[in-house]
Amino acid sequence: MAHRLNNACVPYLPRGVRLHDDRVRGIRVLLAPERAMQLDAVGDAILTELDGKRSLAEVILVLCQRYQAPVEQIEGDVREFITGLVDRRMVHLACAGAEHE
Amino acid sequence: MNDVPRDIQGNPVRVGLPMAMLAELTHRCPLACPYCSNPVELARVQTELTAAEWGDAFRQAADMGVLQVHLSGGEPASRRDLTEIATAAHDAGLYVNLITSGIGLTQARLQELDGVVDHVQLSLQGIDAEMADWISGYGGSFARKMQVAEWVRQIGFPMTLNAVVHRQNLDRLPEMIDLAERLGCRRIEVATVQFHGWADLNRRPLMPTLAQAQRAREVVNDARKRLRGVMVIDYVPADHHAAFPKACMGGWASTGLNIAPDGVVLPCHAAQTIKGLQFQNLRDAPLADIWRDGPAFNAFRGTAWLPEPCATCDRREVDFGGCRCQAMAMAGDPTATDPVCSRSSFNARLRAEAEADAASDDIALVYRRMAKERRI
Repeated sequence: MAHRLNNACVPYLPRGVRLHDDRVRGIRVLLAPERAMQLDAVGDAILTELDGKRSLAEVILVLCQRYQAPVEQIEGDVREFITGLVDRRMVHLACAGAEHE
Repeated sequence: MNDVPRDIQGNPVRVGLPMAMLAELTHRCPLACPYCSNPVELARVQTELTAAEWGDAFRQAADMGVLQVHLSGGEPASRRDLTEIATAAHDAGLYVNLITSGIGLTQARLQELDGVVDHVQLSLQGIDAEMADWISGYGGSFARKMQVAEWVRQIGFPMTLNAVVHRQNLDRLPEMIDLAERLGCRRIEVATVQFHGWADLNRRPLMPTLAQAQRAREVVNDARKRLRGVMVIDYVPADHHAAFPKACMGGWASTGLNIAPDGVVLPCHAAQTIKGLQFQNLRDAPLADIWRDGPAFNAFRGTAWLPEPCATCDRREVDFGGCRCQAMAMAGDPTATDPVCSRSSFNARLRAEAEADAASDDIALVYRRMAKERRI
């Protein structure tokens, strides 16, 4: 079953998906099966915080502190970004009460 | 010496950075699929690049901007030095995809590749032994493949199932999607046979009907909704039923390149079917020079060379005139509009031929084999 993203879920990059320094183009990319996605500074900042331990709520808090922005402003962007990657199987979720893959 | 790269008509072209490289490690393969994408003239084992030559190619590719390498064939597991080759790609900093039928892979070999290969793409010829072994021309292939899928899952490689579909198996697409889900795949690629090379010799048994193609589209759309967040479905529909062509290779020599087993560097795997193009070998020139200056690479770069109706078409930056090899095969002219396009003057003929092929009850397959093994 697909997981519903809630703030207690721990989002993480599964095996086969990784951040990469593209030294030739001077950009950061997310590499995944048959995909290479250019990341902007925000996307890179979000994915760099996914350590497999912190929940989505904690990731949002860290980003709020770093960018000195209110939760309302950060939360929507982060959720939308993560949800898009979950749909593409490039981010997995560990959610309480649900077995994750 | 003219320093500016120019297309087939002499227009200057812009050369971008390559992102993906297909490395055809060998043309050897235990299977004999009648739609194999390898050329009909297969490269001999004696001419194959060594592991050291591949390692050098991977390092050059990474320096040029390549991010992902697809280790393919033939069957890459037919190379005894596969682990050495894959490790060189990994050490060059590339994301390593292993594209395999599974046949020839052992559990020990897969364990060696753990931490080296990022992703495994396993081909699927059919949903059961009867279909898969008939299409692949190899008895027992389905059972072996399922065993390999289990080892892949145990080790934890992310896996994509690559289902190649055609008239003989397209009706069982729902079961293929179910199988991928059962095997724990994150992704399934459903690719309709491209009718070049070997597949062109098998048009009559393999060409899907229009009704099948329409049904497949519905199956894919339904499954995408049902499996959202569970499994991604990439679908390559039948060319012959589309209104517009695909952007072959995302645009000729724009982001991808291909190295044949003997070191010949190609803009796409079928490019050698285009007569008159000059190809170079990475044994003779640096890869970056071939990418930038190779006449075959520059021939169809950009859009300046496009003929009408492409030149004034609002889709010219979307599909770049489609597939050059298909234009060569049907129009006899590699600069022609892809005959798959509804705006091509060859399109009516292409559709009529596809319809006639799809209506055939011919099921005799011409299997892909090296010349000396080919049965007459």
